[in-house]
Amino acid sequence: MSLLDIKNLSLTIDDTPILKGMELSVAPGEVMGLVGESGSGKSMTALTVMQLLPYAARATGRVTFDGIDLLAATEDQMCALRGDDIGMVFQEPMTALNPVKTIGEQVAEGIRWHTKASRAEAEDRARKMLDRVGLPSAKFPMSRYPHELSGGQRQRVVIAIACALKPKLLIADEPTTALDVVLQAQILDLLRDLVAESRMGLLLISHDLAVVTEMADRITILRRGEVMETGDTARTLSEQLHPFTRQLAQASIHVPARSKPHGLETGRSLLQVEGVTRDYAGRRTSLFRRAPDIRAVDQVSLSMAPGQSLALVGRSGCGKSTLARMILALDRPSSGTIRFRGETITGKSEAELKPARRDMQVVFQDPYGSFDPRQKVEKLVAEPLHVLDKKPTRAERREMVAHALHEVGLDQRDMDKYPHEFSGGQRQRLSIARAIITRPKLVVADEPVSALDVSIRAQILDLFAELNQKLGIAYLFITHDLTVARAITDEVLVMHDGKIVERGKTSDVLDHPQSEAAKALVTAAPDLYRAIARRMREQG
Amino acid sequence: MTAYLLKRLAIAIATLILASMVVFAVLEVLPGDPARLMLGLNASADQVELLRNQMGLNAPLALRYLHWAGGLLSLDFGRSYTYSVPVIDLVRERLAVSLPLALIALALSTMIAIPVGLFSASRRGRAGDTISMGAAQLGVAVPNFWFALMLIYVFAVWLQLVPAGGFPGWSAGIWPALKSLLLPAVALALPQAAILARVTRSALIEVLNEDYIRTARAKGLPYRAVLWRHALRNAMIPVLTILGLQFAFLLAGTIIIENVFYLPGLGRLVFQAITQRDLIVVESVVMLLVAAVIAVNLLVDLSYAVVDPRLRTRQ
Amino acid sequence: MTLHIDIPEETFGTILAKAFRNTAFVAGFVITVLILAMAIVSYAWTPYDVTKLMISDKTQVPSLAHWFGTDHFGRDILSMVMVGARNSIAVALVAVGIGMGVGVPLGAFAAARGGLVDEALMRLNDLVFAFPALLSAIMITAIFGPGAVNAIIAIGIFNIPVFARVARAGALAIWPREFILAARAAGKSSTQISIEHVLPNIATLLLVQGTIQFALGILAEAGLSYLGLGAQPPMPSWGRMLFDAQTRMVVAPWMAIFPGMAIVVTVLGLNLLGDGIADILDPKSRRQR
Repeated sequence: MSLLDIKNLSLTIDDTPILKGMELSVAPGEVMGLVGESGSGKSMTALTVMQLLPYAARATGRVTFDGIDLLAATEDQMCALRGDDIGMVFQEPMTALNPVKTIGEQVAEGIRWHTKASRAEAEDRARKMLDRVGLPSAKFPMSRYPHELSGGQRQRVVIAIACALKPKLLIADEPTTALDVVLQAQILDLLRDLVAESRMGLLLISHDLAVVTEMADRITILRRGEVMETGDTARTLSEQLHPFTRQLAQASIHVPARSKPHGLETGRSLLQVEGVTRDYAGRRTSLFRRAPDIRAVDQVSLSMAPGQSLALVGRSGCGKSTLARMILALDRPSSGTIRFRGETITGKSEAELKPARRDMQVVFQDPYGSFDPRQKVEKLVAEPLHVLDKKPTRAERREMVAHALHEVGLDQRDMDKYPHEFSGGQRQRLSIARAIITRPKLVVADEPVSALDVSIRAQILDLFAELNQKLGIAYLFITHDLTVARAITDEVLVMHDGKIVERGKTSDVLDHPQSEAAKALVTAAPDLYRAIARRMREQG
Repeated sequence: MTAYLLKRLAIAIATLILASMVVFAVLEVLPGDPARLMLGLNASADQVELLRNQMGLNAPLALRYLHWAGGLLSLDFGRSYTYSVPVIDLVRERLAVSLPLALIALALSTMIAIPVGLFSASRRGRAGDTISMGAAQLGVAVPNFWFALMLIYVFAVWLQLVPAGGFPGWSAGIWPALKSLLLPAVALALPQAAILARVTRSALIEVLNEDYIRTARAKGLPYRAVLWRHALRNAMIPVLTILGLQFAFLLAGTIIIENVFYLPGLGRLVFQAITQRDLIVVESVVMLLVAAVIAVNLLVDLSYAVVDPRLRTRQ
Repeated sequence: MTLHIDIPEETFGTILAKAFRNTAFVAGFVITVLILAMAIVSYAWTPYDVTKLMISDKTQVPSLAHWFGTDHFGRDILSMVMVGARNSIAVALVAVGIGMGVGVPLGAFAAARGGLVDEALMRLNDLVFAFPALLSAIMITAIFGPGAVNAIIAIGIFNIPVFARVARAGALAIWPREFILAARAAGKSSTQISIEHVLPNIATLLLVQGTIQFALGILAEAGLSYLGLGAQPPMPSWGRMLFDAQTRMVVAPWMAIFPGMAIVVTVLGLNLLGDGIADILDPKSRRQR
């Protein structure tokens, strides 16, 4: 018998259909992977099971957990189930914990509530649970507050809260999406062990096919609120019978066609970074004392040739984004020099930087945050034209914007729209149009596809590749995602603790990493085909 | 923690010093000779000169400031010209009216506002919420002195439950004295309570949208328990901010309300001193009120640190 | 504390459509327009001349001839309320103008520069906040003499730090956005960015604060003129009318009721308008419904 059984579940919020005839089941001890792109209704499925839906939501159908009809359950019944029989782990560890309560209190609270245990007993159990999730009380006393922990550590606390009473079912909604690959691997290992230990059912929700494949026994693929396919993970993904499954699988390993790597033959260098260091003042610990400075970037040197596509990979907090900002002259190095097209750009005034800015543009990660919502596309895409010596006329400007939009595959009529009229993928195209409008020599792209769904991400990677071929633009990709590095770059730099620890051809570094940091990244990175192969082997 | 506390303390002291300079300077730049202003046009040159000496007006500016500020520190505020008594005595006497009034009003407003805010937030969108927030909306719009007039009309003129104004003094007994402070306190408190209730509600609702509230619900805590254990403490930060600001409003409010009810408090003292050009009284009382506001704001800053552990470790 | 700003992504048309479905906005808008209309009409016509004393008509109860009754000089209260609206609105509006005109650039500048400039400006703000506004207004009007102009200056000065704070907090929430980084990468100066990107995005915040300060200005002006420090007779003002009413409460309570109601309705209208605007433009508040 199934532990959780969802039959013909339909959900509307404010009369907008979210789920249509959804079917899903989880057996005791089974890991069910729920996969879909953003907006497919994955999270709402989880919230329906928890009965924590927004007020305007209406659910019909049947959701049974352990014989209890959840859609008909009273709030009191649900309170008895939540946290005791059903635990839940959320996506955003930074905001999932109450900032004014200690981690001990927060773990013990659920234990006390459900078991009526004494404070001491509950604290004892909480301590054991925190110990179990990798936060030993010697190093992480229960009196710590959430803000004293890192993202990965906070996610461990959230897991401790969810698993404290050994629930029969654990729901994990994108539990690792906000974490870097190495932390992701650690958290997934932890979840796997906890589930195996007490034979919990796990409903793992993710957009990442590779993650789900590594974890799940069975998989359900959701698209726009409807189940496309459901079945054994290894078989479903190796056979790829359903066209949508095939589309998803192929998009997630997509490598754009690029005829020849650029620039390696020319000896001239486009960008030279020499011994760059960036220190941030340590925070004040008392009136007269400061903590020692934090060195975000430590003596980094690198060079790039024109037209070259280079990846800068590393874990979050390794200093890669700080380095990118210094290259873009948005931040000043504490020491060292950066030369662009042979000219030093460090320490220059904004006016002196104008010629360099013309040849250097940027694409950011968040397709939603990188446009001023109050301005029209024409103005937004034309913004870099500000650095031209001769201001273009209105007509010339519209001409240039139209051309740039055309190059990224958008219609020139789009220039009179506001950014909110575009989807995430289209916005990232706009972002690229803005970056190429001045015909730059270098584009720095900070995690340009990590906020996009896999199918969209494949298209954007294709666009990057095409523009590299056509316009000879050099790319510096900042990413923690090795598949992106593999798809689009010629060379890889691995950054760790502010230093560059390894450099080489992309395929060499990713297939035969030398440094510890690179090895850790490569082993932790989820890989769809490796995961499928392993599953097949295990199942014989 | 200590770094935060010391910084707040340093800022409070610096603000106080700057404020004293401003008060001193404003009265210094008064058009005309303060001594002549105080004595009126009929005073003789000798009289004016005498007063100038008495007030120390012939000394250089910086010295005069230091003398005055030093006096403030040792609670020597000088002598009132119109009352011919040391200002400190006047202040002490008037404080016995104003301080209880402000405290009763503050307590009343907090005791009404926080439960109403909690009630409203927990019943968001339902009838109880709509009614109490409608009342709060109306309360915010009512000027306290008009509200005071209406209260006088209903409770003093019509029902004759309390005196319409005046203050019998604490020597007349606790109850008669309190009775005459009751209406003024209500008049001061209710409009403030309306504001505070609205702030409490919106702070709670804001917090209730946070991710950690969902985490707490996922633990199995019922909505009410989440509200009390998780939301309330986080919502206290904006509430405390408003509470601090309201203290300043209450102090200013006492000036008008004491005039409405003919209460011999600090507010009435300073208002009369201004119209009578008794500058020494004005300076002293204004400084006292400003110091009280700064002290309360410091207290609010310190209570942030109690509520929010992030302030204890971070800058 | 950090301020979170959700920037709504919609066009003017959809906002307008939503505005007319929002009860608070519609109610506030109607009240505000009516009060404004009343003030404007008073220039051309009032039921009676407010400067003419008719002792024979003194303290008449509300009737068809005098809807709101008459005062102790026989003046028509309705006419006085109408003329008084001019004064209240003018004082509060100009005071908001002063506060916005000075406070917003200061706050935006502090946020853009950061560091010591920011710290100094904010400490200056603390200093002004340390003076209870009404007390200082009383001081200013007492020193420079009572009158509508001094009331405007007194109230306006205390609007400055309010707007500076709101503008700074709003701007600080906008500055870390990626679109600001993009503008910086395009070589725009911080002044250009403040004007092109920051101000339009905090405009609604300022609008909401504007209505609040407008309402507070009406209340403060009433308080000052009640104390005899605002507009001087014979120009009628709501606060002054209440002062005159106080001693005659027993015989003529309507003298206190109607001017007070005028203040309440005006302030209520403005607050509803502000609430309505905030409600319409803040997607978070919509989610709560």
